[in-house]
This record gives sequence, C-alpha cells and structure tokens, in this order.
Amino acid sequence: MEQLISAEYLVSILLSGISLGGQLALIAIGYTMVYGILRLINFAHGDVFMVAGLLGIYVSAAVPIYIAIPIVIVLTVALGFFIERAAYKPLRSAPRMSVMISAIGVSYLLENTATYVTGGQPMTYPTISFLTKTVNIVGTSTKLVVIITPILVLVLIALLTQLINHTKIGMAMRAVSKDFETSRLMGIKINTVISMTFVIGSALAVVGSILYFTTYPAITPTAGAMPGLKAFVAAVFGGIGSIPGAVIGAFIIGICETIIKGLPSAWNVSVFSDAFTFALLIFILIFKPTGLFGEKATDKV
Amino acid sequence: MKRVISVILVLCMALSLCACASSGSSAASGEKVIKIGVFEPSSGDSASGGKKEILGMQYANSQEPEITLNGETYKIELVYGDNGSSTDKAPSAASSLVSAGVSVVLGSYGSGVSMAGGPKFEEAGIPAIGVTCTNPNVTAGNSYYFRICFLDNFQADVLANFAMSKFSAKTAYCLGESGNEYDQGLIAFFKQVFEAAGGKVITDSFPTGNSDFGSYLNKAKSEGADVIFTPVSIAYAVQIIKQAASLGIEAPFLGSDTLDDNMVLEAIAGTDLQLYVSTFYQEGGSPEFDSGIKAYINDSSEALAANGGNDTISAVTAMGYDAYFVALEAMKKAGSGDKAELMKILPSVTYTGVSGSIAFDAQGDAVRDTAYIKTADTANGTWVLETVQTGSVQAEETEPTGSAN
Amino acid sequence: MLKQKTNHQGSFAAVIAIAVLLGLIVLLENLSDLIPGLPAIFAPTSQLFTVLKKGAVYSLLAVSMNLLNGFTGLFSLGQAGFMLLGAYTYAILTVPMAAKDQVYYLYGGSAVKFSLMDLFQGIFGNAGFGGGVSLILAVLVGLILAGLVAALFAALIGMPVLRLKSDYLAIATLGFAEILRAIFQWQTLGPITNGANMIKNFPTFSDFNIKNASGEVVLRLSTFVPFLVSIVCITLIVLLIHSSYGRAFKAIRDDEVAAEAMGISLFKHKMLSFVISSFFAGVGGGLFAMYVANAQAKAFTSTMTYEILLIVVIGGIGSISGSVIGTFLYVACSEWWLRFLDRETYIGSFKVPLLRSGFRMVVFSVVIMIIVLFFSKGIMGEKELSWKGIGGLLQKLKRKKPAPAAEKED
Repeated sequence: MEQLISAEYLVSILLSGISLGGQLALIAIGYTMVYGILRLINFAHGDVFMVAGLLGIYVSAAVPIYIAIPIVIVLTVALGFFIERAAYKPLRSAPRMSVMISAIGVSYLLENTATYVTGGQPMTYPTISFLTKTVNIVGTSTKLVVIITPILVLVLIALLTQLINHTKIGMAMRAVSKDFETSRLMGIKINTVISMTFVIGSALAVVGSILYFTTYPAITPTAGAMPGLKAFVAAVFGGIGSIPGAVIGAFIIGICETIIKGLPSAWNVSVFSDAFTFALLIFILIFKPTGLFGEKATDKV
Repeated sequence: MKRVISVILVLCMALSLCACASSGSSAASGEKVIKIGVFEPSSGDSASGGKKEILGMQYANSQEPEITLNGETYKIELVYGDNGSSTDKAPSAASSLVSAGVSVVLGSYGSGVSMAGGPKFEEAGIPAIGVTCTNPNVTAGNSYYFRICFLDNFQADVLANFAMSKFSAKTAYCLGESGNEYDQGLIAFFKQVFEAAGGKVITDSFPTGNSDFGSYLNKAKSEGADVIFTPVSIAYAVQIIKQAASLGIEAPFLGSDTLDDNMVLEAIAGTDLQLYVSTFYQEGGSPEFDSGIKAYINDSSEALAANGGNDTISAVTAMGYDAYFVALEAMKKAGSGDKAELMKILPSVTYTGVSGSIAFDAQGDAVRDTAYIKTADTANGTWVLETVQTGSVQAEETEPTGSAN
Repeated sequence: MLKQKTNHQGSFAAVIAIAVLLGLIVLLENLSDLIPGLPAIFAPTSQLFTVLKKGAVYSLLAVSMNLLNGFTGLFSLGQAGFMLLGAYTYAILTVPMAAKDQVYYLYGGSAVKFSLMDLFQGIFGNAGFGGGVSLILAVLVGLILAGLVAALFAALIGMPVLRLKSDYLAIATLGFAEILRAIFQWQTLGPITNGANMIKNFPTFSDFNIKNASGEVVLRLSTFVPFLVSIVCITLIVLLIHSSYGRAFKAIRDDEVAAEAMGISLFKHKMLSFVISSFFAGVGGGLFAMYVANAQAKAFTSTMTYEILLIVVIGGIGSISGSVIGTFLYVACSEWWLRFLDRETYIGSFKVPLLRSGFRMVVFSVVIMIIVLFFSKGIMGEKELSWKGIGGLLQKLKRKKPAPAAEKED
C-alpha cells in the first residue's frame, strides 16, 4: 500500500478526475439551463451527447476532422432544437410528469436508433492528433486533452456568463427562469428563449463529446446514459439552475469518482464509484435540497 | 390531426399483422423444411459478438443449404430470435423460436441469456447447442443444453499457466465488469489457478457503463502487476486498450475469447501494447474455411458490416460454422430432423470441424483440451499464433458436477 | 343503501368475471392436450403463453407503479430497485439445499443454510399432494417475504426522500435503485447474492404443471399461477384505492396544499403509498424471477423502470385497467408481433427496405413517442374499464352504425 501513495500515482488520479469533471461540466450546463427555465429533467440530453459522438465518427469519415467539427456542432444543435420543438413544445401546458416521460421517450428513441444505425458495434472515435499529443506532468505521461479540458471549460463558462449577464437574450433567459408566466406577459418570446437554451446546451454537449470521446474513444448506443445521469447529479449538487454550481458540482463528482476508482484494489470498493455519486446525490438532496449554490425555490400555491 | 394519426397507427398495426401472417405462411409453402433456431443477440451489449457468430452459421448454411435424410431432401432454414443480450428478453426470444417450430437451437453468445432461455427449450424438448457460452451453469441442470466450446475454468487455467510460464509473472491484476457472470467467473477461476501456483492476484471490478479505465490501469501499474487479465466484453476491451496505449502500460494484457475480435485488433494496431488472447480457432487452421468465409464476408456489405468492416475471422465465427455442422451431423446420424430424435442422438455425436474435434461428455459439455493462444501483431494489425495450450483441467473436479439431477 | 347494493352487485360481477378469466386461462393452456391438431399457437410452449406470463407479471409491476405515480402523484423511478430486492429475496430463500452447491459454485456453497422448499418439504413431504402443498407454501411465503423486504427498504429510504419535490424524488429513487444494484453485484457478498452469477434452480412457473407418476404433464397451470397472483395483488390495490386511504392519495395528487389543509397527513399517506407500492413491486420482482427462471442484478437497470413507466403512460396514468391493457399490448408488440421488423423480408424478389435487426425497437420507440405526444392520456385516461363503460361504447357504436345504413336505404 505504500507504493500507492507515490506522487506520480496521485497526480495521475487527480488529472483524470479533473478532466472527467470538466467533461461532465459541459454536459451539466445543458441540464441546469433547461431545468432552470422549463423545470424539466431533460433525460435525452445524455443521448444527444452520445449522438454528437457518433456524428463525429460518421462526418469525420467523409471530411477532414477540422471541417467535421463545425458540421457536427451544426447538426447536433439542429437535433437539440428539433427535439425541443417536436417533443417538449407540444406539452408546454401538460403536467410536468408528461414532459419528463416525453424526455425518457426521446432518450429511448435515440438509443434504439443508434443501435440500428451502428448495428450494435462499438464505434471508435477518430483521433484528433492535436488533442492526443502526450505531455509529461510531474513524471506522469498524459494526453494533452486532459490539460486542455479544464481550461476550455473555464473559457466557455466565462463566455456563457457574459452572454447571460450582458446580452438581451441572456436577460430574457434570466427573466424566464425567475418567472415563466410574468415574463411571457412582459412580451418575452418564450419559445425563442427556450430554443436558445437548447441550442446552447447542445453546442456545449458537442464540445463535451469531443473531449470525452477523445479520452474514452469507444462509443456504444448507451454511452451517453451514465455521463448524462452523472452530469445531472452534478447539476443538482451545485444547485440546479446555477451555472457555476453545475461546474463546481461536476468537478467534485469527477474527482471523487476517480479517487474511488483509484482506491487500493484490496479494499474492493471501486465498483461503488457510480453508487457513490448517487449516494452523494441523495445525501445532498436531504440536507440541502437546493444544492450548494441554488436559490431557495418558493412553492406557488 | 389526432384522428388522422390514430387512423394511420391502426393501419400500420393491421399492415404489420398481415405482414406477420404472410411471412409465416411463405415459409410453410414449398419444399420440406427443417428449421434451425439461431438464438443470438443482434442488439444490446453483445450484439457485436452475436452477429459474428451468426455470420459463421449463415456461411455454413450457404455452403450446405440442404440435407438428404432417408432419400428425401430437406431445405434448412435459419430462424432468428434476437435475445437483445438481456436476460429479461431471452425467454420470449427463446419461445419465438419454439413457436417457429425449430428442431434444434444454436447459441447464444453470452452465458446469461443462454441460461435464461434454456428452460424454454427444455420445456419444449428442443436440444440447444451452445456455441461460445462458457459458463459452467449453462449445461449444469439443463439436460437439453449442449455446447461445443470449452468452459471458463479450462480457459482460465490455460491463461494462468501461460502467464506463469511465458512472463514468469508473480502478480496478476484482473479487471472485470461488476455483475457480469462471464468476467467474474473467469477471474475467479484464474485466481484459483494462479494463486495455487504461488502467484499473487489482485482483482478489481468496474461498474457497468464505465468508460474511464485510466484510474484502473494506473492502479495496476502502481500495484506492480506483471500481467493484466481483462476478460471483458468487446466494447470495454476497446476502451481499455485505447486508454492503456495512451498511458504507456508496459505489462502484457491477457484476454479471454471475447477479446479475439477485430474491433480489439483495430484498437491495438499501431500501439506498443502486448495482448495475448486464448481462443477457439486460429486463422490458418483451415485454409479452405478461411478463404471461403472471407469471400462470403467481402461479397455482401451487410456481412462486412456485421464483421466490423473488415474480413479478419473471429473465432466465434468459426465456432458458429462448426455448430451448424454439428447440428447437421446429428440429423444425418438420427436420419431425421425431429427434435426428439436429435435430442436422443446428440450425446453420441462426434464431428471434426474447423476448430477441432467435437464430442460431448455426460454433462453435455464439449470434450476439448486445446486452446489457441494468439497475440496481436500491432505493426501489421493481425493475429499471430503464439502457442497451442493443452490444459490439465479436464481431470480436475473444479467444475460443478451435475449431481443435482 | 341503494348505492351499497349496486356496489355489491358490481363486485359480485367482477368476481365472476375474474373466475371466468382464470378458467379460460387454464382451459387455453390445456387446450392442445384436449384437442389434438390445433394450430401451433395453442401449444403450451408457444409464444402466446410466454407473452401471457410476462404480461401477467408486468401488469402487477405497472399497477404498483401506477399506485404511486398515478394515484398519489409521487414520481418515483425506483421500481427496478424494489424488483431486484424482491427477486433476490425470493431466489435466495427458495433455492433447494441440494442445488445450492451447484448454483453458488464460485463460493463453495451459499451462506444461507436454509431453504423454504426444504422447510416445507420436511413437513409435507416432497412427492404427490404433499409435494404440491409444500411447493405452493414455499412460493407463497417466498413471494410475501420478497414483498416485505422491498417494503422494509422502501420505509427506510422513504423517510428521507419522500420529503423531496417531484423531479428530485424521481432522481433520488433512481439513484437508490442504482446503489442497490451495485451492492448486489458486489463479489464480497457473493456467498449470499452469488455475486455476478445468476441464482437459478428455484421453483418457477413450470413447476406448477401437475405431473402424473410417469412424469407426463396432466394439468398445465404455469400460466394460471402468475395470473392468479397478479389478480389477487391487483385486487388488493384496487380495494386500497377505493378505501379512504385511496381517496386521501388522490387528494394529495390533485393538490398537496389543499389536502394538507383538509387534515390529511401528507407524510403518513405518501409513506403508506410508497411502502405498499414497493411491497407489490417486490412481489412482482419475485414473479419476474420465476418468469425468467433466474435472478441476476444485471437485469434490473433503469431501462427496466423506464419500460414500466412507459407502460403506465400508454395505459393511462391513474387507471388500473389501463395499466393492465397497456401491459399486454406493450409486451405483445415488443416481444411478439413486431418481431418481423427485425427480419430481412423479400416480397417476391423485392427486398423490403430498412428491415434488419434493431428496426423493431426503432419503430416501437416512434410509436411510443406518438402516444406520449398525441395521446398523452393513454388508452384509458383516468377512466376504468367497467360494464357500464363497455355498454356505453357498444351503444355508441350501435348508434353510429345504423346511420350510414339508413342513408343507403334512402
């Protein structure tokens, strides 16, 4: 066990934890924004992320990868937009449970379609040579993507915060998430705002998928389910509706999970890495239901 | 709007039922037919392996689509039942084959679904020939289940001995999927053998759906593993290989028969990793079969897609091919395509296929004492035969005896 | 007084209808033995009976989920977890001692040195009538214990999580199910749970087929048993819904604040509904283990919960008979009628496009989306199947039909 606590090992665990956290953060933002506005757990978001990965494979088979990335972003954003219009918009006045069930249905559809298209074979994500360069940190060799992920996440978050705080659409988003009905009465185009949320969420999911699948290159039709659920847990953990909260939650979950996986195998506990995430969720929900940074929601009677 | 949709839905339903009825009747018309059930996953986690196994059966069927019994010629028809790689779908898939009136069943890839579907075949009195389901409990307690592959304990024995002799390994790190009977069974048997021979085994599991293997591989490295044993399903194997390559893992990887797959081979090509897998068949074992199936795969885009886009032959394909001919051999010997006759004759059937000679013991398991160990030639992206191992496990009583019945 | 009378009449008719249904099931399964030469579909091993068995099991699971989601308005996604508890409890307790060494071969036998089968066989004997009695008792006690264990865990987890609001409750219960699965797959608990390996060789539905001395089946009851258990359980749920508790559940669903203002204890009733629903999910889990003839944690994923939820939606949230009808339609479509979509089909020499493995599930999920989006009330909405309803429907049809005929005469 003494060997375990070598600096090299610790660094390698921390690095992969931080990069996993960054990737989860990019998915978690999509969850938290949608929830903030629609009060909907968008179960299909993880599958949109998986589809973005598959699109990456298929498009890059036809054109060079650097042209493929913008195409994939456009296609995935279109998919996110379409899902909102087709599956959530018709149910705007329906009970919340129906919308959530519709989300589960979309997720089911995306997974089954992916199985049909790929024929159930695991697909391998193309190598982006820039991201897979090996670098050395404190004697641990790792891919460049691991270093880039947290930096890129922070840059994107900064941009997003600017967008939300200083643009008209951002203001509209904040208004809608505060009070849906009133903002409608004030003349805000609700549907545009909601679509915009899905567009931003999907675009970030594409960036997340590029980083995630470069690190973990095999894609199966269910590859999005677990990262999706974990990202949602991260969003709840940080306080749903709060973007910095989601990011911090994602990093905490990513790091905790890799630490658990890295615990000595003699303890035989690494199987509980997913279970731990859920236990953390139940724990936080019980003791601080609004999450770390969430605002206290008041019930409307 | 609603009404239009409901009319369309009803129409679709009606059409599908018609199609259902017509597809049923088309098989009934025409010449005499013997049906062989293909109980394989073509969706779900094991779809990749299941499709390759089916490929072998389809090729065999294209080779010998007819059989002459007592002067009468029967057409042999493959009937597919997709068990979706999941135990809750397996019983209904199995009974869809029973309903279709098959005389014998081949499959499945994956032991769990075989165990879940087994009782349906037993009730209907249809013998089933397992192709690559290696868990001891598939045949134990089910007299209608046979299999032509070796068992987990034999495979683990071969690999453990190989690790000791080839690398003089002292410490083995075993990584499997939590809750998967295939992975955990092999690891448990590997541990028994390896520890009995004085080695140290570290076992570890990852949760289903996991994709981050970096932490596990780093741990293997830091805990001083001489070999890393990963008897996991194909998608995880690809993931592990890819991540190991970027981490620069030097310890050799040992894999079970699932890793003998061209997706894995593709993943390891061009890396510095070492991978050794134990398997049922080595390309070159039967040149005639090799060239035939390669032509068959390259001939159809669907077969090519099912084989993962290239024509490297997986062992499961050869096994599927052999299973088909074992069934035919039984029909010839029984002089009939009747399920009860086949069941009576199967225990005494022997057949020499491309993967070696096949005979059944009292339990219905194959009498096999040979496993091929091959290694991945990472420069050329091909498998190279490392050694042919003959196990000693046949005499040992590590496997459960069928004392329950 | 008058109302009471009609109620009595209604329940009397219902009892008769159930008895007739059960009789029909027994008859249907034995039909091929009575009349030789029937189409293959009536053979006892045909797809029809597999679908009926699965339908019976899933009906109970759907109704128990509906009790929680539809009648109490608690959105829980923990169904698979409670089923897992039930399936394992039933399996662990009923595997005969003689089979344990073989089933637990990786662990050199089970740590549970006890089996309900052996217990009752020790009292009533293991052959003939006594064997039958001990089988029935072992299964019955096993299933009840399965439900009780699930209910116990529900009570434990319910204390904290039932205070949560709708979607949070959903995600917390989903997480709870995932945690349970991880625990049951843990190799360290292998001597009890058999780790990753499946537990098998416990009594299943086929054991209820009555055999004569020479081992031939005389009377087939393997489809009857799941129907009987499901019907009894569903009847209990229906009685509960019609009691004052049931009315309190519905009041909570419709408006929590108003219900609380009327003096309904929110927590007590939510807990009651959660525990009872989990009890039946546990019994359903035991039945599920009997249906697949094994218990393995790998099967109880969140996908299974989603599947049951979709059944509830298709049938109509808040309708018991809707859930039952929805279940049979869902199971029959997904596992039987739509299977041809997976097969490559030729009409003459024309290859029907798109048909290949996996297409079935695509079509199926599109149909589900259409139902969720355009028929969000499901088949039954919140209504129940009743004699009155059927009569009304028939009358409607009658009234519609003569109209065009009359036109023709003109």
